[in-house]
Amino acid sequence: MRKRGLEAIYKLACEHEDVLYVGSDVGKGTLSQFQEKFPDRFFVEGISEAYVIGMAAGLAMNGRMPYVNTIATFLTRRCYDQIAMDVCLGNYPVRLYANGGGLVYAPLGPTHEAIDDIALMRALPNMTVFAPCDADEMERGILASHDYPGPIYFRVARGGDPIVSKSTDGFQLGRAVVHQEPGDVLFVTTGVTLQIALHAREELAKQGVQAGVAHVHTVKPLDRETLEPCLEKAPHVFALEEHNIIGGLGSAVAEVIAEGARHPKGTFTRIGIPDVFPDTYGRQENLYARFGLDANSVVQKVLEKLNPL
Amino acid sequence: MNSFEKRCAEIRREVMEMVIHGRRGHIAPAFSIVEILSVLYDHIMNVRPHEPRWPDRDRFILSKGHGCMSLYAILANKGYFSKELYKTFCKPEGILGGHPEEKVPGIEAPTGSLGHGLPISVGFALAARLDGRSYRSFVILGDGECNEGSVWEAALAASKHGLDNLVVLVDYNKYMSFGKTRDVCDMEPFADKWRAFGFHTCEVDMVKEPESLIQLLKGLPFTAGKPSAVICHTIKGRGVPFMEGNLDWHHKSKIKDEEIREIMDHLERDHA
Repeated sequence: MRKRGLEAIYKLACEHEDVLYVGSDVGKGTLSQFQEKFPDRFFVEGISEAYVIGMAAGLAMNGRMPYVNTIATFLTRRCYDQIAMDVCLGNYPVRLYANGGGLVYAPLGPTHEAIDDIALMRALPNMTVFAPCDADEMERGILASHDYPGPIYFRVARGGDPIVSKSTDGFQLGRAVVHQEPGDVLFVTTGVTLQIALHAREELAKQGVQAGVAHVHTVKPLDRETLEPCLEKAPHVFALEEHNIIGGLGSAVAEVIAEGARHPKGTFTRIGIPDVFPDTYGRQENLYARFGLDANSVVQKVLEKLNPL
Repeated sequence: MNSFEKRCAEIRREVMEMVIHGRRGHIAPAFSIVEILSVLYDHIMNVRPHEPRWPDRDRFILSKGHGCMSLYAILANKGYFSKELYKTFCKPEGILGGHPEEKVPGIEAPTGSLGHGLPISVGFALAARLDGRSYRSFVILGDGECNEGSVWEAALAASKHGLDNLVVLVDYNKYMSFGKTRDVCDMEPFADKWRAFGFHTCEVDMVKEPESLIQLLKGLPFTAGKPSAVICHTIKGRGVPFMEGNLDWHHKSKIKDEEIREIMDHLERDHA
């Protein structure tokens, strides 16, 4: 996904002169084709995120569209003030390409695990928050972003995630995609949790439980128009995210439910990281299992909800 | 009193007009930059007040946004907006807030959170280069503001890019909010720091020889291929003896009639 997104930025740059690449210090050889073809529009600025955001804002204030590429935790936590004041307040089209959304960097530990990025970005007025499920969807999002106003946060997942989005989904930034209509259960997903929900759905089907899936690649602005009818139909709603259960997709969906879009006898469950910092290493999948984010654990949680002891 | 001094005294009096209506503000931090702003707007920068977004205008950011009352006064005097707006300073119906925002004609970037101005100014200078335009990017930093790491991140970048269209003016008034700069977080050797970061750096005594800044800035860029910095030695609260170097006046609210009268007396005396 990371590579495809970067290549899409290069494609945009070929078509639009205002597109700039701004990196801090990530990835040897990243976008070398961009650097060769447009050396004046390719910036690698060093490990100085607060400056990088201000500088990108200064360029955007003068008609440019910078795509800022660095690691999600440093991009969101370290320079939150710059993102809020320099970028969001004036609603400038700075694009934040945030590597390692969620638990991607499991072996590297909490410094690199972006478990709060959606919450942080979602709380900023004018910010759009985009967390695609696979490389295809990332490419669609990047290509659509040139004509989209204001700042955008792109949450980048690990490479090689299975492709589950389809070109026939009618992709549009800001629109949720209903993969399956809700049955007894509705999964609401963002990012790569769509894959997990699809697996869980298959497993549940074997056990006679019909689950729908609504994928929210754009967590903000939230597509209430698509989500509300799904939430009203499904007796049991599960929000699934690779993020702290506080402040992310689950919170966003909870807000819609609390404001009235719910099944009369419905339940709602947030599945995510239970407000803790990861305390072990290993692979992303190990942490999924630890936090009950793998398909098996999700199936168990659904069954427990449907058939309480 | 020469015409430059008269101009500066007038700007300070107009700052007080805002205070009369808003009854609050960072008066002393505003007073320390009046001479620098007068030099920039009256003698150095290419701007069109009636066309604030003119693409070739020199860009300016007051990175120490809390000094904005002097900037508002200069902008109004240049014709960016009506002096009638002074009456709405910090009021619900106004656009002149306690820190400047882009809704005010002539304000290029919102400041108030310190350490933001120089990074944005570097972006402006790079944008000029990308667009093949000859405008320059000026920024005033506070001395206390230079405690912020982002200032030095941006300084590294300015030097790396050889931005000789970037001009940093440091308002070195030697005071912060809590105490003297040298006690809170000493910046000395200040000029040498800027030099070490690759800036051609000069120093000007803005109290004894404020107009020498005009001649100095007419020689921009000081060195081709290098960003420029000027350490401006100023006095916080300049123009009002009881305010000069008095920490109580860094920021003040509920300012009384009597205090305003005393300040105006000093400024009128200077103006006479």
